[in-house]
Amino acid sequence: MSQLMIGLYVFVLATLAGREIITKVPPTLHTPLMSGANAVSGIAIVGALVVAGRADGTLQTVLGVAAIAMAMINVVGGFLVTDRMLGMFRKH
Amino acid sequence: MTASPSIEIIYLLSAILFVVGLKRLQSPATARAGNAIAAFAMLLAIVATVVDAEILSWTGILIGMVLGSIIGGFAARRVEMTSMPQLVGIFNGFGGAASALVAVTEFVSNPGVGVGTAGVTILLGTLIGGVTFSGSFVAFAKLQELMSGNPITFPGQNVLNALLVLLALALGTVTLGVVGALEPLTAFYVFCGISLLLGVLVVIPIGGADMPVVISLLNSYSGLAASAAGFVIGNMVLIISGALVGAAGLILTQLMCKGMNRSLANVAFGGFGGSAGVDKAQIGKRPVRRADAEAVAAELGYVNSVVIVPGYGLAVAQAQHELRKVGDLLEARGVSVKYAIHPVAGRMPGHMNVLLAEADVSYDKLLDLEEINDDFANTDAVLIVGANDVVNPAARDPKSVIAGMPILDVDKARRVIVMKRSLSPGFAGIDNDLFYLDHTLMFFGDAKSSMSDLVREVRELA
Repeated sequence: MSQLMIGLYVFVLATLAGREIITKVPPTLHTPLMSGANAVSGIAIVGALVVAGRADGTLQTVLGVAAIAMAMINVVGGFLVTDRMLGMFRKH
Repeated sequence: MTASPSIEIIYLLSAILFVVGLKRLQSPATARAGNAIAAFAMLLAIVATVVDAEILSWTGILIGMVLGSIIGGFAARRVEMTSMPQLVGIFNGFGGAASALVAVTEFVSNPGVGVGTAGVTILLGTLIGGVTFSGSFVAFAKLQELMSGNPITFPGQNVLNALLVLLALALGTVTLGVVGALEPLTAFYVFCGISLLLGVLVVIPIGGADMPVVISLLNSYSGLAASAAGFVIGNMVLIISGALVGAAGLILTQLMCKGMNRSLANVAFGGFGGSAGVDKAQIGKRPVRRADAEAVAAELGYVNSVVIVPGYGLAVAQAQHELRKVGDLLEARGVSVKYAIHPVAGRMPGHMNVLLAEADVSYDKLLDLEEINDDFANTDAVLIVGANDVVNPAARDPKSVIAGMPILDVDKARRVIVMKRSLSPGFAGIDNDLFYLDHTLMFFGDAKSSMSDLVREVRELA
């Protein structure tokens, strides 16, 4: 099986799994869900590290480093703000 | 991709932990730990990548990581909870941009990639990531009021967008060398520009009040862009995480559309606020029963059960802390107090819940539409603060413009108290029959000062 087909299987199954998990998240947590999921989409950092690491020209380096910085804003900011919000949800 | 098996196992572990972390978001009691697990999964993936990938120079990588962490951390600490939609929007934009840049860098390194999986996924990643980036910034500007929140429309808008998509397709074939009309790299740069332009053009016609849908949808796109970047570099953890986010964004988009009783196409192409056939001159002309803070305090303080319905007007007035004080005082008097939250009560899904959690309202008292609607018939008094369309019984009338919209059945309660500035219509532009019912009291005024008055009056009750 080609790399593309394996990738497609993984993509479709992960989408279905995501659907199952996320439909069960209660409406009260939808904002933290969105900002948390948003932080997860910062996984592009892995791709950014790969392309920046092997960059051998100035243009590639600049693009790669920009990708790293933006992905890190997404990752660090996303997880921290989600944590901050969830810390406010208290039961008393 | 040539990651070693041990690194692939770490990526797999990371993907599993993302799923476990998201699953813990199913309850407020476990959600914070879930977020921490997902953050750990991300750290794992980053460390594995840095260990495994060939790194020619560390300088740029370290600069990028430190800079991004500082900016992200600062924004996350400083943001006001009312500005959460903007923040999520702009973070989305950066995520989309990062994914797009991964694809762009791959192409720049190898412009002769040609037709095939690599070429097609590079174009997809660039397009989705580019649209996410520029679209998110427009959404941010609208929500932050850096630009008008009004829809920006012009004749032929949809035709122009369609032509741009066709042009992008054509340039795609040139980029991949199918048609040799231009240098592939030149065609690719134009393709990038069109992707960015499309993001701007698809978001500007959408009004500020519809931004929750846009933010949810762009959230989904940022996931798809990460998946596309995963296909580009052949990395499964990107594909899986991206797919999870894509699914999350799509589900929230559907929920928001359902809450507003509109289709996604209707949001995207506008055409709402259509109050045609409504006699605007008659709005607010019928007599209402008024009440002042003292009377409202008496209505709320001597009953068994009160349900509070907060709308976005409450958050705009920053009156949620005063509201919580009213709730606490009533509970101290033995009144059962609950909060009914409509899906589109805030500026993004679940926004109102965060605002009330910030004001220290216990989360088990926050009930959503399905949980609370059957209880209204057994509720003594409902206090509505800054909400309008979501409590309009006209939604049950098949002829109304809001027919079928899910509403909170507040009119079934024994007493309805509406705190509002005036009788002006909500977003739907129609009058609200609720205000004129025999058992409805109108408590006019600014939410913050009215709420402060109410705190004082409830405190003074015997």
